[in-house]
Amino acid sequence: MAGAAVLGRLAPLKWRVASLAELVDETPHARTLVLDVEGWEGHRAGQHVDVRLTAEDGYQAERSYSIASGPDDGKLELTVELIEDGEVSPYLVDELHHGDTFELRGPIGGWFAWDPAEGGPLLLVGGGSGVVPLRSMLRARPADVPARLIYSARTLEDVIYRDELEALGDDVVLTLTREQRDGIRSGRVDADLLREAGFAPAQEPRIFVCGPTPFVEAVASELVELGHPPERVKTERFGPTGR
Amino acid sequence: MTPISRGFRGRSRPDAPADRVPPGQYVTDDFPVLSAGPTPHTPIDQWTFTIDGEIDEPRSWTWDEFRALPSEQITKDIHCVTKWSKLDTDWEGVSVDTLLDGVNTEAEYVLAFSDGGYTTNLPLEDVTGGKAWVAFGYGGEPLDPEHGGPARLLVPHLYFWKSAKWVRGLTLRNEDAPGFWEQYGYHNYGDPWREQRYWGD
Repeated sequence: MAGAAVLGRLAPLKWRVASLAELVDETPHARTLVLDVEGWEGHRAGQHVDVRLTAEDGYQAERSYSIASGPDDGKLELTVELIEDGEVSPYLVDELHHGDTFELRGPIGGWFAWDPAEGGPLLLVGGGSGVVPLRSMLRARPADVPARLIYSARTLEDVIYRDELEALGDDVVLTLTREQRDGIRSGRVDADLLREAGFAPAQEPRIFVCGPTPFVEAVASELVELGHPPERVKTERFGPTGR
Repeated sequence: MTPISRGFRGRSRPDAPADRVPPGQYVTDDFPVLSAGPTPHTPIDQWTFTIDGEIDEPRSWTWDEFRALPSEQITKDIHCVTKWSKLDTDWEGVSVDTLLDGVNTEAEYVLAFSDGGYTTNLPLEDVTGGKAWVAFGYGGEPLDPEHGGPARLLVPHLYFWKSAKWVRGLTLRNEDAPGFWEQYGYHNYGDPWREQRYWGD
């Protein structure tokens, strides 16, 4: 655990100016922003940043985004998925141009984070854009740490980091929930898939689950039922509960 | 100097009165979920609520005993550190004042503890005087497990992680000790109006 002794003596996380160095179209609805950030001091895989946009009349909007890049990648990357009636994501996905600037601060969050020194195996389960912080962990992973990403996407077109994940071979198991494709699994991440593709509880995997709330609720419950201790199942949820 | 985000206009402003939405927050009608791990499901016949620590005789209630206590309807705005605020949320719960009624203590802090090992720390004065409840109902229904049911702490004047889900008791303490999120980078007190999100804010 992080040291309680240092509480209250830390400097505030400063707002820093980020400028857009490069854009990568990941899917029709998601883009990766490759950023130069003044004075950025690095991050741990799994952490996030707060982004702040300021309109000409001074109005500001803040949102949190997971960091997509690995700790040693050099530039900071955020992958942002467009939320239809969103306020900040449409700007970041559709409006932002090379050289544009906005503010961010971080890195934030010490719980949903993984350091190579903690070892593995690493069991990562992502739904939709929940794959973003898990990709950071895969990039941080040394070759001798076994890892498995189970990734649920609606359709093949919605798969973020497709080429990069395909290159990882059997370390990545993809399942599509709204499309049938030859050679690719279809259906939800259920107990059978977790038993088959995940590590057994006896192997004591470190488990990270990220995605929409109903996805995370279902997967985390299944993992506990399969015998993984709840304290090893770290979760990050986003979006409404659906009820 | 704050850089202007070229072309950013933001949503047509105030879907809400400014004096109800703290800095950096936006109003949502959804009820998003933030939890560190799996949702615990403690059988209700094994559920208790306990007050211990700096107290002569620790107190404990079974679920039935707890539900027999006088409860209140509460309508409050809530503010999550992940930026959403939700206005006029309706709760039903037992005031922490009721649970502490008649207790003499020198304690100045409480550590709320929950199923699943989650804890959060608060000054005692922030959970007394009509400022905090142990809530078991939301929107006229029993509180959903993913929102903290069967019962969660409700401390609406602080960021919502202080309103510990699946709460099982309060430990009265002479000294402050950081809880779960407070050890992982989040602010020790968490006042949304001062935007105390993270360490050092």
